[in-house]
Parts: sequence; C-alpha cells; structure tokens
Amino acid sequence: MFAGIYGFFTRHNMLAMLISVELMLNATDINFAVFNRFLFPAMKEGYFFSLFSIAISAAETAIAIAIMINIYRNVRSIQTKDIEDMKW
Amino acid sequence: MGATFETIVFGVLAMFIIVMSVLTVTTGRIVRSATYLLFVLLGTAGLYFLLGYTFLGSVQIMVYAGGVVVLYVFSILLTSGAGDKAQKARRSRLFAGLVTSVAGAALVLFITMTHHFVPATGNEIPVETGINNIGRMMIGSGKYEYILPFEAVSIFLLACIVGALLIARKR
Repeated sequence: MFAGIYGFFTRHNMLAMLISVELMLNATDINFAVFNRFLFPAMKEGYFFSLFSIAISAAETAIAIAIMINIYRNVRSIQTKDIEDMKW
Repeated sequence: MGATFETIVFGVLAMFIIVMSVLTVTTGRIVRSATYLLFVLLGTAGLYFLLGYTFLGSVQIMVYAGGVVVLYVFSILLTSGAGDKAQKARRSRLFAGLVTSVAGAALVLFITMTHHFVPATGNEIPVETGINNIGRMMIGSGKYEYILPFEAVSIFLLACIVGALLIARKR
C-alpha cells in the first residue's frame, strides 16, 4: 500500500500514478477480506465490500483511462508537467 | 502441519506481493510497471484462495488481471511512444515521498502490532463458502444481504460505460 503512496508522490506520468492508485485499492481489498476472515469468520461484510470495491475500481480505471486518452488527443502528452490548461 | 504449511504459503505470497509492488513503482518503463502490477494482482488472488474465499479470488483474477491490466496495456500503447522512459523525479520530491510512505508504513505497523485483536473463536481452518450461499446473499433483501449495493453497482457500471464512451469518442 505504501509503495502505492510513494509512487503517487514521485511519478510524473499520469498512467503511473493511476497504477499506484490501483495498488492502494488492492491493499484495502486485502485488508477487508483478511479482517473479515480472521475476526468475524461467520459474517460476510468484508467479503462483499471487497467484491463491490473491485467492481468500482474497475469502473474508475475505465473512466480515468478515457480521460487520459482524451487529454493525450488534445495535448499529445500525459506527463503532469505538460497539463496546464485547467490548472487554475 | 497444516497450519505451518499455510504460514509458509502466506509468507511466500506476502514477500512476492511486497517485492512486486515496490518494483511496480520503482521501475523506469511503464509497460514493465503494468506487468509487475499484474503479478501483484495475481498474488492477491492467491491470498484470497489461501483465505478460503475462492469466489473472491476468481473475481480478482477475472476483473483485475483479465480486464483492468489489458485496459492499462492498451492505454499505455495508445498514449506513450516507444522507449518512453520516466524522467528522474526531483531529489527533494523523491525524498518527501519516501519519508511519507515509510513513516505511514511504520505507523500502521506499530498500531497493528500493539493493538490486541480479539481473535474469532471457532473455525480456524478456512471453510469455503458455497457459491450458492453467496448468490443468495447477493440478491437477498434482508439483513446482511446486499441487493441495494448490487443494484447500485449495476447502475454505476452503466453510467461509467456511457461516461467513458462520451469522454473518449472522436468529435
């Protein structure tokens, strides 16, 4: 998870930042499932939370990649330093 | 014997996931980064299988390793030129990221180690939940049943499809 945070802070490429976000989401999924399994094995809350979280992160990835392709079409680059149009 | 075997498998998987995730954020080329991400997701699926959550593991493989990584690879090939390397981050920025992540990891580790969890009584051996049971819980509307999030996710996925098409279409 903290590898994801490190990557989010240090990368300049938007796709690399998105991959870092994906790492963090994956870590939260693991935590949900493991806490559910070892603290409340009779219940299924963490299980279903992981399930829905996987679905939501897939949708989020699709949207983010669509936005990136659109940006690339307009700016011809997805490095964060090149994107200054909508900054302020 | 069984418990030790599970511990060994858990240790191997955890080391694999940690090493692969560090490689994901430190490697220079973005295609390699996506490949390491695929390995991290597969290791996570292995963890789910180890916990006895077989359905969750297969969903992880299908959605993440099957769908999301392919999406990543396609968008990488669409948006970056061949041999496109990440330029070096500034030293201060790299240092700040490193300090933040190491401090956060230390804090979380400290809390997890010192907190006294109340372990669950009863079955310690992973019991596989039947897909039958999961399906009933997914579409039931009673207590601890999840029809509302299920429908919300379906609407959400539809909205995402429409939104992605709208954003990425050619004008």
